[in-house]
Amino acid sequence: MENRFPQTYEVIELCLLAGKIMLQCGGETYRVEDTMTRIAATFGIPQSHSYVTPTGIIFSIDGTEPAKFIRISERTTDLYKVTLVNGVSRKLSSGELTAEQALNRLKEIQDADFTFPIYQQIIAASISSGCFLMMFLGQWSDFIPAVIAGGLGFVCFVYIHQILKVRFFSEFVASLVIGLIAFLFVKIGVGTQLDKIIIGSVMPLVPGLLITNAVRDLMAGHLVSGLSKGADAFLTACAIGTGIAVVVAFY
Amino acid sequence: MIVHLITSFIASAAFGILFNAPKKSLLKCGFVGMAGWFIYIFLVNKEFDAVVASLVAAFVIAVISQTFARMYKTPIIIFSVSGIIPLVPGGLAYDAMRHFVVNDYNVAIQLAAKAFMISGAIAVGLVISEVLNQLLMKIKFKKKKKANEVN
Repeated sequence: MENRFPQTYEVIELCLLAGKIMLQCGGETYRVEDTMTRIAATFGIPQSHSYVTPTGIIFSIDGTEPAKFIRISERTTDLYKVTLVNGVSRKLSSGELTAEQALNRLKEIQDADFTFPIYQQIIAASISSGCFLMMFLGQWSDFIPAVIAGGLGFVCFVYIHQILKVRFFSEFVASLVIGLIAFLFVKIGVGTQLDKIIIGSVMPLVPGLLITNAVRDLMAGHLVSGLSKGADAFLTACAIGTGIAVVVAFY
Repeated sequence: MIVHLITSFIASAAFGILFNAPKKSLLKCGFVGMAGWFIYIFLVNKEFDAVVASLVAAFVIAVISQTFARMYKTPIIIFSVSGIIPLVPGGLAYDAMRHFVVNDYNVAIQLAAKAFMISGAIAVGLVISEVLNQLLMKIKFKKKKKANEVN
């Protein structure tokens, strides 16, 4: 049990890695802060301070240790990793894992890729587009056009994002493609309601999660992360809106 | 109605895949989404305002998510996120954008404000249930403490 109370810098490293993975994978601000404080408390450091924003984490432990900072540049939504990190922190506090084991486990989680295969994601996006069409009181005859438009839009989003790494632009192009395809379907007479088809197919891109999380962060007192998430959501909504607007303007 | 239930179930589960939720929880995600959408549609059909309906639906979603999160020891965000996706006012935001494009600013601002209200209502619903949950936990904790002291 000589590992029970490891060096302070090891604890800091552990906390920061856990926080970094969680934040990159779309964990809520309060969960990230909570996890880091809890891990530190497990190792006998009750007075730790963490300051989490969507783009970086500042973490400091009381005493002479300097505060550490980590920059988060790329954010995705990967709830499986959040679950795994949560599990590691649970096991740490119950004493099932030592600091060293936990660090190794976290590094494994960081490097692993648990995402669903891309074709499954595309199928999911297309089917959900069709389902949203029906939920927004569309007609069954528009189901197939919405599925195709939503699927192709998502494909565009994923591949352009891989090349360019500018989210704003890939969302813009994806929604432009969705608008064009929906317009074509209506033009050749396969689809009937342009509005419903577009709304349904755009749903996989809409930043619903971001908007809601932003308001929630604001109410919980995380003002900085709330505002920046709100700005992120606003940009995304603008990108989608612009893409659709280009099509509608010519219609 | 059955169409709504089935489609909302599939849509929420599909969003679980997009957000890479654990495979085991996909069906539960679908269930949470279905329950939320059912309440929303039910209230809207009873001619409640969309904002009120969203608030109630988001509250119920959060309650179910908390129960699931405790039962399966997973973060609550997995269930609540997939659950609220159907409620997000994507259609309204689209309508607002379309009116902006054709320079119909009056209608556009109205629609945008409505969309903002609805997303606010969703967040408030989530927060209320969270606060209630913490309150309940505190009361339970106090009772336990008292029981321990008596013993």
